[in-house]
Amino acid sequence: MPVARLKVWRGGDDGAYEDYEVEYEEGMVVLDVVHRLQATQTPDLAVRWNCKAGKCGSCSAEINGRPQLQCMQRMEQYPEDEVIQIAPLKTFPLIRDLVCDVSWNYKIAKTIPEFQLTAPDQDGNRRMAQIDIDRGQEFRKCIECYLCQDVCHVIRDHPDNKDDFAGPRFFVQLANVAMHPLDTNPRRDTVDHGFGLEYCNITKCCTDVCPEHIKITDNAIIPLKERRVDEFYDPLRIIGRKFFGKK
Amino acid sequence: MAGYESHEYDVLVIGAGGAGLRAAIEASARGLRTALVSKSLLGKAHTVMAEGGIAAAMGNVYTEDNWQVHFRDTMRGGKMLNNWRMAQLHAQEAPDRVRELEEWGALFDRTDDGRILQRDFGGHRYARLAHVGDRTGLEMIRTLQQHAVHRGLDVYQEFTVNRLFKDGDRIAGAVGYWRESGELVAFSAKAIVLATGGLGKIWAITSNSWEGTGDGHALAMYAGADMIDMEFVQFHPTGMVWPPSVRGILVTEGVRGDGGTLRNASGERFMFNYVPPMFAAETADSEAEADRWYTDRTARRTPDLLPSDEVARAINSEVRAGRGSPHGGVFLDIASRRDADYIQRRLPSMYHQFKELAGVDITREPMEVGPTCHYAMGGVRVDAETGATTVPGLFAAGEVAGGMHGSNRLGGNSLSDLVVFGRRAGVGAADYAEGVEAMPTLDASAVNERAELVTAPFESDGKENPYAVHEALRDLMQVNVGIIRTESDMQVALSGIHELKARAAAVKVEGGAQYNPGWHLALDLEHMLNVAEAVTTAAIERQESRGGHTRDDFPGPSPEFAKVNVVVRRSEDDGAITATQEPLPQMPAELQRLFEED
Repeated sequence: MPVARLKVWRGGDDGAYEDYEVEYEEGMVVLDVVHRLQATQTPDLAVRWNCKAGKCGSCSAEINGRPQLQCMQRMEQYPEDEVIQIAPLKTFPLIRDLVCDVSWNYKIAKTIPEFQLTAPDQDGNRRMAQIDIDRGQEFRKCIECYLCQDVCHVIRDHPDNKDDFAGPRFFVQLANVAMHPLDTNPRRDTVDHGFGLEYCNITKCCTDVCPEHIKITDNAIIPLKERRVDEFYDPLRIIGRKFFGKK
Repeated sequence: MAGYESHEYDVLVIGAGGAGLRAAIEASARGLRTALVSKSLLGKAHTVMAEGGIAAAMGNVYTEDNWQVHFRDTMRGGKMLNNWRMAQLHAQEAPDRVRELEEWGALFDRTDDGRILQRDFGGHRYARLAHVGDRTGLEMIRTLQQHAVHRGLDVYQEFTVNRLFKDGDRIAGAVGYWRESGELVAFSAKAIVLATGGLGKIWAITSNSWEGTGDGHALAMYAGADMIDMEFVQFHPTGMVWPPSVRGILVTEGVRGDGGTLRNASGERFMFNYVPPMFAAETADSEAEADRWYTDRTARRTPDLLPSDEVARAINSEVRAGRGSPHGGVFLDIASRRDADYIQRRLPSMYHQFKELAGVDITREPMEVGPTCHYAMGGVRVDAETGATTVPGLFAAGEVAGGMHGSNRLGGNSLSDLVVFGRRAGVGAADYAEGVEAMPTLDASAVNERAELVTAPFESDGKENPYAVHEALRDLMQVNVGIIRTESDMQVALSGIHELKARAAAVKVEGGAQYNPGWHLALDLEHMLNVAEAVTTAAIERQESRGGHTRDDFPGPSPEFAKVNVVVRRSEDDGAITATQEPLPQMPAELQRLFEED
């Protein structure tokens, strides 16, 4: 059986990387090796996981410095003598080992506007063309792994911005509300209520790490920025507002 | 550990998948103080894994569809053992629940005229499953989650409930712990809704995540509630068997629906050898006819699409006869039967699942598949209208509740079950709580005693590793209470369970109380062992084969067992688990007639 050489973060903020050697079987992923380590050497090793199939977004970590799902990284991609470093997400407060406190995301989630749809047709159904919801369905593939939040330098390097910045995951959700064909929630709410859209300078790191391959920057963030420009900085509208008062 | 937090709620919902979220939304909409407890982070529950869709007779694709047809399909799929009233309410209310999800933001795939598209699935007479590609469960849980967090209810996430408490006969509250800190919490609650999902983690090969440890089944049994149909466990015929990391993960029925066929090690399409007499008239008996069926519905259906219990048993027999694939399954081949473009277009998520997790290109080579423990039909006995269990103040909905699916669940009927009966249990619990004047009081000494038991594994002199005990239980159940069962095997399982109970009592937990998975598993072990005993005891009692329960020593269905539920109870005095037979509720004449028309 091959042996994996792991460097795993143990403990809290004052913790350290510990070295482990774990036997594994062909076909395993990083999360399997972490589980085997837990079952045989470190029973209290803290790691979050659920589905083990890339569908729930629980097992996010930084593997060799890259934000990834542990369940989607196959061991065979690493050369035999490579040491695999597994660290918790850096952007969120560390609880212990590989688990951090992601509750900030759940606070932001409560502030995202809800859908307010038009009334259904007389037969009780709502009608929407598939082509009009394709974009929304792309946004709704999000598994809330928060890798995009973790990698975003706006909060990764400047934690203070968390008070003013919702982050890529929630720009995707804002775009989902804004682009729903039957939603009546005033659009300006979704772009002008302090979600910090202006902090994003389109480096596309979020798109790069998204395990669901959502084009976060191109399809969610940039269109939201454009809507905002249309709404508030269109010169004709500015003149119109000057003459006719604010609508 | 001396101290603990205390909280009071009108309604406490335990479990935050589809059923728990829907129940909590309903209770808080009534203005009641509502708490929602989630064992994982919110939105990660097993509902997220559901692929196919949500069954509802909306008639968007076939106008002939209506609740009576859906009701009849459901009862037949459950081999008539279902609680008829649950099956009726489910069929009647599912369309409204689907429209409600859409109102709350869900984006289902559309028909050409813009209505919700519905797809075909096994056992459903008409195309009936509202869906979003093959990620319908994610759509449902995210929709409910986003709606719920705006309703002003309190969410306790990464929180595990360990025991329910009663005041006399009535429910009074619960004790649990924050997984993050290990700190204990005592809830006083007028009503409690169990929505904890399944119990697949007592088998070695399962599609369930770590959470599926039967907590709600066990909590209900400890509280003295009746359990029904515990012997019926659904083994999905096609789970991945290799690599080890994905063993048990589901391969959708759609692969066979779109042309995939099952083969053994010598390449034979063995399903032709396993067509039971009951289905012979409607099943193709040659490969040529079976292959014609995909495009020509005058041909008879391929045996690859027999009901899931039949296919699971056939695969099991091939493997036992030594005709399996290298990793103990059989081959599922679509590569040699359909071109690569077609496969990628029809089965995008299966293509990626095998490509990324197994390194297998399903457009070029066959998949290896085998049966995987997928769903518990049995659970807490509930009143169809309200979800009330036999313990006053305790309600249950979703997979943890029994009765809706009888002996076998149809694909697509689970997501609809969650929202139909999640809502009903929320209403039931709210009505009940409003009728309770004073907040029940918890017996402080009992709470303290529980607090000590919960932290006992830290102090233990024992030497057992919780992971090792869990693995032993899973292997024991896999071998002895799997797809094919006999009395003698199950007696081996029962005595094994008792030995494992002794080992579980000697578990020693290392490390501290903060986010310690070894400790959490040590506490879940007690639940799993009791649930395993309940399943085994019920399975010994039912001396026939029906749906998700196959006895080698009683190979056919029995007219006597067609009339009864097996009811399991746990003695509150000595913890003994016993099974009895009780008559099924009788369907009224107007519903009976739906079955006479055939």
